[in-house]
Amino acid sequence: MKTQTNRKIIKSTFIYLLLSIFALFFIIPFLWILSTSLKGDAQIFTIPPQWIPETFHWDNYSKVFDRIPFLLYVKNSVFVSAIIITGTVLSSSIVAYSFACLNWPGRNFLFIIVLASMMLPIQVIMIPVFVFFKEIGWLNSFKPLTLPSFLGGSAFSIFLLRQFFLSIPRDLLDSARIDGCSEFRIYWNIVLPNAKPALATVAILTFMFSWNDFLGPLIYLSDQAKGTIALGLGMFVGQYVTEWSLLMAASMLMMLPMLLIFFVFQKYFIQGFIMSGLKD
Amino acid sequence: MIHFKINKFNKQQAVFGILFMMPWFIGFIIFGLYPMIMSIYYSLCRYDVLRIPQFIGFGNYEKLIFEDPYFWISISNTLVYTVLRVPLCIIGSLLLAVLVNNAVRGVKFFRTIYFIPSIVTGVVLSVVWLWMFNPQFGLINSFLAYMGIPGPLWLLDPNWSKPSMVLMSVWSIGGGRMLVFLAALQGVPKHLFEAVDIDGGGWWAKFKNITIPMLSPVIFLWSVLEIIFSLQVFVEAYIMTQGGPLNSTMFYNLYLYNKAFNDFEMGYASALAWLLLVISLIITVIQFRLSKRWVHYDGVTK
Repeated sequence: MKTQTNRKIIKSTFIYLLLSIFALFFIIPFLWILSTSLKGDAQIFTIPPQWIPETFHWDNYSKVFDRIPFLLYVKNSVFVSAIIITGTVLSSSIVAYSFACLNWPGRNFLFIIVLASMMLPIQVIMIPVFVFFKEIGWLNSFKPLTLPSFLGGSAFSIFLLRQFFLSIPRDLLDSARIDGCSEFRIYWNIVLPNAKPALATVAILTFMFSWNDFLGPLIYLSDQAKGTIALGLGMFVGQYVTEWSLLMAASMLMMLPMLLIFFVFQKYFIQGFIMSGLKD
Repeated sequence: MIHFKINKFNKQQAVFGILFMMPWFIGFIIFGLYPMIMSIYYSLCRYDVLRIPQFIGFGNYEKLIFEDPYFWISISNTLVYTVLRVPLCIIGSLLLAVLVNNAVRGVKFFRTIYFIPSIVTGVVLSVVWLWMFNPQFGLINSFLAYMGIPGPLWLLDPNWSKPSMVLMSVWSIGGGRMLVFLAALQGVPKHLFEAVDIDGGGWWAKFKNITIPMLSPVIFLWSVLEIIFSLQVFVEAYIMTQGGPLNSTMFYNLYLYNKAFNDFEMGYASALAWLLLVISLIITVIQFRLSKRWVHYDGVTK
């Protein structure tokens, strides 16, 4: 009996040891970024590194705004992300409603195409789409980034919402139909209010994508005044490659909204990640 | 009367169904089907965007396969990266899932911690790890020096540049994939593990005989996806190394991007894109063939 409790203690100690080692692996880089972002030039290049700077250089954060038009980038990113999220949530939900709750010929075949398009590498379509936007004179505007979100959003968000809509009881929809409710009102007044968690998940994943998107802005936006925060940070690295405290401060600023959203909406965030693994 | 009503409903449903899916369909035509066809056409042309495409048949494909050393360098870099990254990612996050599936107090807290890096992607991830990997003052080599180990040059050493990026990617994605496997793991009936306990088997016996077979559909799915993702690696190399040192991180899509948007060889880049699609498809088909040997769908609880 005693050896058994001993073994249990050893086992749980071992588990906690492993858990702690991995926790350090995942969390230490964040502390390192924070620490570097608050250091003066001289403190960065010390061996061994100081974890807690002697003086906190909060001005690194304001310097980021002086050196590059950071505020402008933030504004642009917020603007672009807000439009993309709106477009994706509206258009992918109505498309998903059609695929999940309405019967029409060819539906299953087209849904297979939706799924297949998730696998398509963006490089295959990137060049003709670039040429298309160039021809209609939309280069160097936000339209190439935002417009596609109103046309179905992403295949993944359609898929995710469809899976969720399938769980809404059919009888609920049918009785609304018999009461004379139009399909749009069923979608708007019954399905959407019932799908808030799924919509939140799509909104969060879309935000993560649009906030971090680098390739899109890199291709379409050449004017510095149009830069998004991801593009701005990418350019910043090239120019100020040794000013690590400023780079880390800028990185912190760019991560901040995502960290906040993560801690506030943790459930939806994690749900989105797991649901993306449940394609059946 | 009722029959008539149902018929009317069905017709109405079909009309609205097609109407409501139209946004996707229009988007698919403009941003899916049309570009795919155009990209095949461009791949058979010499095209610099300024002048109209000039048809040259399979010239681009011949040139890149027989005359372009960078094509082969970028393919081999990308394959090496994929071969290093995918198994490490899958096995690492699977073991992590097993670890956090232990019902010890506070384990939820650790799960959250492990997941946080998953929200760091793309440019921020690259910038942060550029500093982590700094050979003199970066965190990793400072730590190694403290332990008395001389650290490598990481991103500046052609032998270490790809493993460095793999390490970075495992840090950023490990916790996210862990949650995927954890969700699957929690669907495995407990009595299976208890049976191993009764037989006197340890955690390895459980892992090998229960966890892997029961999770094989999820493991398979993510192997397929991770390979596709790995073949498309771009931002990290663009920000951190621009393909260097000595072209050791000149990945396929970085090369494609350079061809398209630096050299404006759109036809050539389109040929590269189509070859990538073909390579991805071949690898996926091979995986599906091999999967019959090790993936068990009968144990899946939905």
